[in-house]
Amino acid sequence: MNSAHHGIWILAEQSQGRIDSVSYELLARGRVLADKRKHPLTAVILGANLPDSELQQLIARGADRVLHASAAELAIFSPEPYSACLCALIKEEKPEIMLAAATSSGRTVMPYIAGKLRLGLTADCTDLDIEADSGLLLQTRPAAGGNIMATIKTPTERPQMATVRPHSSRPAEPKPGRQGEIRRWEPPAALLGSRVRRVSFEKAPDERGIQDAEVVIAIGRGIKKAENMSLPRKLAELLDAAVGASREAVDRGWVPYPSQVGLSGKTVSPKVYLAAGISGAVQHLAGMQTSDTIIAINTDPEAPIFQYSELAICGDLFTILPLLAEKIEASRKQS
Amino acid sequence: MNILVLIKQVPESQATRMDESTGTLVREAANSVINPLDLHALECALILREQSAATVNIDCLSMGPLAAVSVLKEAIALGADQGYLLSDRKFAGSDTWCTAKTLAAAIAKIGSYDLILCGERATDGETGQTGPALAAMLDLPVLTYASAIKRSADAWQVRRMLEDGYETVETTGPAVVCILKEASVPRLPTLAGKRRARAAECRIINAEELGIDPADTGLNASPTRVVSIFRPNHLKQSERLSALDPAGAEQAVDKIIAIFRQKGVL
Repeated sequence: MNSAHHGIWILAEQSQGRIDSVSYELLARGRVLADKRKHPLTAVILGANLPDSELQQLIARGADRVLHASAAELAIFSPEPYSACLCALIKEEKPEIMLAAATSSGRTVMPYIAGKLRLGLTADCTDLDIEADSGLLLQTRPAAGGNIMATIKTPTERPQMATVRPHSSRPAEPKPGRQGEIRRWEPPAALLGSRVRRVSFEKAPDERGIQDAEVVIAIGRGIKKAENMSLPRKLAELLDAAVGASREAVDRGWVPYPSQVGLSGKTVSPKVYLAAGISGAVQHLAGMQTSDTIIAINTDPEAPIFQYSELAICGDLFTILPLLAEKIEASRKQS
Repeated sequence: MNILVLIKQVPESQATRMDESTGTLVREAANSVINPLDLHALECALILREQSAATVNIDCLSMGPLAAVSVLKEAIALGADQGYLLSDRKFAGSDTWCTAKTLAAAIAKIGSYDLILCGERATDGETGQTGPALAAMLDLPVLTYASAIKRSADAWQVRRMLEDGYETVETTGPAVVCILKEASVPRLPTLAGKRRARAAECRIINAEELGIDPADTGLNASPTRVVSIFRPNHLKQSERLSALDPAGAEQAVDKIIAIFRQKGVL
């Protein structure tokens, strides 16, 4: 029965008709799997009549095919019509694997589809691969509060489904001139109903998020109290960096939740991740270990984070951070 | 009006153990507590009851070992009316699909609800999949990432936290709502509540009574299988500096600045 299922799908996302970059991360993941399975890679995208020029972006970045479900009701994410359309497409085309981003919409529609179609689904994967002998999708994610990694398979149900942590891989680069097929599909009205109505939307202020910063200054329990947060904030300002935090620092109310890095927060991969007073629970490591360079400052020489850092400084953040700010300011004055 | 709150018992600490042979969590190993986000979901239910002119009945449903009665009693101490526990070795090892299926079977049996609330995710599995899967099985709308919920005229009005802002949505009929920390501040149990909880009898439901198909619950029925678990290995060849004295601190800071320059961020 499984052999009837063929093809790798990624669920691309758009907002206001523009493709979100998380889609390109999924294409990078999907391309590797498609090449290993020798299956075509299809980017599925729901929206309201996206132009070919936009859909072509998906082909340029690795899709062999684009499947665009188009209707006014699909302009913004809504679980019921999105799920109904995707269930219909899955039944019709029978893909073997379907990946979505572990975003608020991906993490809503994928379990809804899994519930409807009795499918296996693995949340928040940080690594995906194909098992050599069986051809099965190997889905790896942090488990048990992030203390360990688990690899999960779906032996029977098809498609095998997984959501992938945003920013856990780099987006695929465009290859101009890459060819692919575009299928446009207008779903019947019966699939487009929703019992939920959007009343309003408030856009968050466009401040540069922690996931876009080139440098993250991250703070943990070692900062001791909220008043001491002026230290990392000053340094962040000097470096045009974002301030991040471990779960403990957020739970204690020292740093707001949107800055939390880790399994239950955000994943970041900046050029430099400076972790001060963070011991390095795996829950935290899960959100930052793909950073280019990791620098850790901790008074405990046994802090686990040191093993994950290029530069491990056994010292007091209350000495190091002010001195660092001072030296950066001094070097700026000279030049 | 009837509200159901789903309650999961989770290990208190992060030091969770896993069974190496099945890849499932060993639940007895650590002290167990109510999943923190479920407390926020329960608090939302209690507030909705306080704000309602009509009589609101709040039931709690959990699935787990018999010891999970303690989290239902805690919910009753906080103000819930009745606790139901799905407990049977046949349920053990259920993945999110089988868990949702088992909960759906129970809900069909115990009552009809105008609202089903759950925490957005549990601190142990961290999947956040059971709520939406349950909604799909019950053919109800799902409202995830709820940072606020209120009754507005005859609709549930929910504010959802998205990546780029807040969306406010409404639905008139029953729905499953997955609650975030921002949605409420959980209260503490009162003495009278604790006394009530001690006296309360939670209803325990096993697989036979539930009448669930064995092909729909437990480890062997689960679509997903944990095939291996391992310690993450991203160990690096670290350069280690001791900066406990002023000279060491000076040297460490110079090294950090050198890295910033090399990476082009300074």
